Amino acid sequence: MNIPQNLKYEKTDEWAAVDAGKVTIGITDYAQSQLSDIVFLEYLVATGDDIKKGDVIATIESVKAAAEVSSPVSGKVTAVNDDLIQTPEKINTDPYGEAWLVKVEDVDVGDLSSLMDAASYENYCQERGH
Amino acid sequence: MFYPHTESERAEMLRSIGVQSIEDLFVDVPEKYRFPKLDLPPSLTEMEAVTLMQELANENYSTHDLICFLGAGAYNHYVPAVVDNLIRRGEFLTAYTPYQPEVSQGTLQAIFEYQSIIAALTGMDVSNASHYDGATAAAEAVVMAYHNFRGKRGKYIISPSLNPQFRQVINTYLSGYDNVSVAGPDELDPMSSPDELEQFIDMDTAMVIVQYPDFLGRIYDYAQLANKTHALGTLFAVVVNPLALALLKPPGEFGADVVVGEGQPLGIPMMYGGPYLGIFATKKEYVRKMAGRLVGETVDEQGKRGYVLTLTAREQHIRREKATSNICTNQGLIALASAIYVSLVGKQGLRQVAELCYHKAHYAAQKISQIEGYSLCCNAPYFHEFIVCCPKPVEEINAHLLEHQILGGYDLGKNFPSLDHHMLLAFTEMNSRDDIDLLCDVLAEVAND
Amino acid sequence: MTEPTIYEMSVAGRVGMKYPQPDVPLSPLPDDMLRRDLPLPELSELEVVRHFTNLSSKNYSIDGGFYPLGSCTMKYNPKVNEETARIPGFTGTHPLQPIETVQGNLILMYELQNWLAEISGFSAVTLQPAAGAHGEYVGVMIIRAYHRDRGDLKRTKILIPDSAHGTNPATSAMSGYNVVPVPSDARGNVDLEALRTLCTDEIAGLMLTNPNTVGLFDENVLEVINIVHQAGGLVYGDGANFNAVLGIVRPGDLGFDVMHFNLHKTFSTPHGGGGPGSGPVGVVEHLVEFLPGPLVDVIKEGDADDYPLFGFVEPPKSIGRVKSFYGQFGMHVRAYTYISMHGAAGLRAVSEHAVLNANYLLSRVRGKYKLPYDRICMHEFVVEGSWDDAPDIRALDVSKRLMDYNFHPPTNYFPLIVHEALMIEPTETESKQTLDQFADALLKIAEEAHTQPDLLKSAPHNTPIGRLDEVKAAKELVLCCWIPEDIE
Repeated sequence: MNIPQNLKYEKTDEWAAVDAGKVTIGITDYAQSQLSDIVFLEYLVATGDDIKKGDVIATIESVKAAAEVSSPVSGKVTAVNDDLIQTPEKINTDPYGEAWLVKVEDVDVGDLSSLMDAASYENYCQERGH
Repeated sequence: MFYPHTESERAEMLRSIGVQSIEDLFVDVPEKYRFPKLDLPPSLTEMEAVTLMQELANENYSTHDLICFLGAGAYNHYVPAVVDNLIRRGEFLTAYTPYQPEVSQGTLQAIFEYQSIIAALTGMDVSNASHYDGATAAAEAVVMAYHNFRGKRGKYIISPSLNPQFRQVINTYLSGYDNVSVAGPDELDPMSSPDELEQFIDMDTAMVIVQYPDFLGRIYDYAQLANKTHALGTLFAVVVNPLALALLKPPGEFGADVVVGEGQPLGIPMMYGGPYLGIFATKKEYVRKMAGRLVGETVDEQGKRGYVLTLTAREQHIRREKATSNICTNQGLIALASAIYVSLVGKQGLRQVAELCYHKAHYAAQKISQIEGYSLCCNAPYFHEFIVCCPKPVEEINAHLLEHQILGGYDLGKNFPSLDHHMLLAFTEMNSRDDIDLLCDVLAEVAND
Repeated sequence: MTEPTIYEMSVAGRVGMKYPQPDVPLSPLPDDMLRRDLPLPELSELEVVRHFTNLSSKNYSIDGGFYPLGSCTMKYNPKVNEETARIPGFTGTHPLQPIETVQGNLILMYELQNWLAEISGFSAVTLQPAAGAHGEYVGVMIIRAYHRDRGDLKRTKILIPDSAHGTNPATSAMSGYNVVPVPSDARGNVDLEALRTLCTDEIAGLMLTNPNTVGLFDENVLEVINIVHQAGGLVYGDGANFNAVLGIVRPGDLGFDVMHFNLHKTFSTPHGGGGPGSGPVGVVEHLVEFLPGPLVDVIKEGDADDYPLFGFVEPPKSIGRVKSFYGQFGMHVRAYTYISMHGAAGLRAVSEHAVLNANYLLSRVRGKYKLPYDRICMHEFVVEGSWDDAPDIRALDVSKRLMDYNFHPPTNYFPLIVHEALMIEPTETESKQTLDQFADALLKIAEEAHTQPDLLKSAPHNTPIGRLDEVKAAKELVLCCWIPEDIE
């Protein structure tokens, strides 16, 4: 299980990379492995949208499951990773890199403090079993 | 009745379980209510049951006894012997949903072929594995539109000449959603032109639904209405009679986003209204929004071609309360029957059946229009059904026709007050010229009574 | 061998079915309305027969072998049903004929309504729903109509046990409700404490499958129903598992308010490769007025000279029509035939033997497969298809390996609350010999899982096709035959 130290994590298995007020969001390695082969991604937000923490930003389908991705933070969407619509399988192979989902700015700082660090998220995954 | 156990086997099985009697297996059932006495008729043997069923059937007058000119959503067509013969094969009849593709390739490939036939007939990109019937397919189209706009568009425009039962089912399904409404048609005459619908379409309209040929038998080219609908981002749905599509321009050509319809004319007996077949086809871009099962082609480990249920992540068993429909089964065996029917009748035969229906209806119309007291009420081309304005209440005319072993047309006054005294007559390849001439004779007789 | 598709077999100009020439003068066709091409297959009659016969041989079916698919009640479908459902006096009736000409159909539907009501302990039954999920929809819409009619608009939630079939939550959502899951306790019953906490004046009802999806009769069913009723909610019974309790207990007596039947499970109408089903719905007295119309009833009493006249009535506060016409009438004929051949004692014997068979099979595999709840089961039971000391094996592998032994696999991965679930429902129509053969296969596979796991991972080996690439199917979405260019 890959859980990078430098990211923040949400209970619903999204990660957030924080860089000077800008946040990049994706789903975790744990989430992609639970879904298995991902075949479809649909965005429910677009660049310029204001979103709130907990809003559904995308749905992901694998052969066996479907999942909603909710935003771990509130803010304004500055980019969505359109390439993934054609190649959603990248979420399986590179969930923390190429397969980022959206970028957000004007983020509510309070939201970030409620997220887990890598160690807590690792414990949280283990509690749920594999 | 159909359990094979002998007394000694039962005893042996109970010993293996570790209980004394079968009753001991039901200790979790509240004692007070355990083993109720059911008031049912005594059991029959197979011989007796067959006699009983035959007696019940004898209480009916079927279209084997009557000449049928009744349509209005269910049609009397010839079903070739091959169709029933093949669908009775136990391998099709007694299999279930093809969840295990390795042992269900027969059902899966047959559905794949059904999907292909429906796509070809409707001119759409994809068809699903079928819905319960035409009315529920139409309701699922409306629900699809609701989800397509995430509930943000609340208006649905239903043509006044849509089959009234379809409208009723759509209304029931919509009643489960908040902030939706059916706009327009109450203010419209069922005989009005589809262009009249344009005035009701706005940015809040999720879907416009028309029928082709419509409930009154008329054929319209909906291209202009489709354009107007699309200009406002609204979805355009067309309810079809698939047999008519052997003759007519497919809705895919004039801009339908969704095509639904009653598949009964494709080799399915009338059977007092069911089981029938809900056709549902759409464009590629809406495939994930479409409810219901879907079969796709793929390969096995050796690269051998095979078929599986696909896009199952849309469905209720995975999405649960997030699924857009709770549909589980399709009409498997009936979809199979229609695939067999179309394969057998084929490209030439299906066109021939459609033309026979067309010519017989037009012959009848021409003759009926000459009978005093009757007039045709067609303001557009029609396929195999048309409206006749009658000199007397339709019920009275039908009672008279029945005395001559004729099942008369549908009484439109039941659904449309403005069409009191109007009868909808349907003609198929099953009606001979003699049948039609007899109908005309009796109609003339009733008028003069 | 790969069977070609009907489009690959098609030869331009071939005719499978001839029709008579028109016996009426031809009328001009509306030129601007006609289609230019009709891309349909062209085959001979024999080619069609052979093609679909070949396809059928690639299916596993009840007629061919043991089909213990849990929750689906894959019992023998009596052949006589297929005969009675094809009597021309039934097949040739048009749904809009005057009622005087279809009294046979109406008597049949009227009696079937009454029989189902008697068997289940309800006041009235509608035959209109087309399938189990459709019946659920009708049931939940009735619950909604009931509360709304009383002006009670605050009830926005439906309680659903975590073991429920996916159609339950999907149905509730379609009916405008929010779904609240209810946990199960350690014995597989509804967790009463949790239920009490969840039962507020915002709940419209509870959807309960009993026997539940792990095959257990809820030991506290009366208490469960009472708690929901106390909170002003109604209890919906999912009839998927009704085959366990015919003549054993009537859901209406237990306090259920509304329930759907599956004629294609309990009452032996064929599954047809996934439909047509039939999902009649029964309700208690105070819900009758909300049933979808039309219902069949006596509309003119008979006397010494005349039979009663049967016809249609519309319940006064009906939720509305949910299907064209009156339901899957062909399935009603089959179920009617089945019930008439059983009578009260015969139906009770059906359930007794269904439960006997399940418990016997369970007794044969106990110890070799992990049982999440080791109790007397009803008509089905759930085991885990995985072992701590065979870490690579999953329930799916057990299922695929069963095909090599010429059995249809049980239901996989359902219910969701059991890890690696294999849900096994033998039904009453199977003999002890068949159950023994199946148990032997399961025991052998449990052994193979430990000694030759690759045999399971690579199964099935003897089927017409191997494990299929579902990712390719979902990504490439080939949903139609190739259409030959000559008919493009």
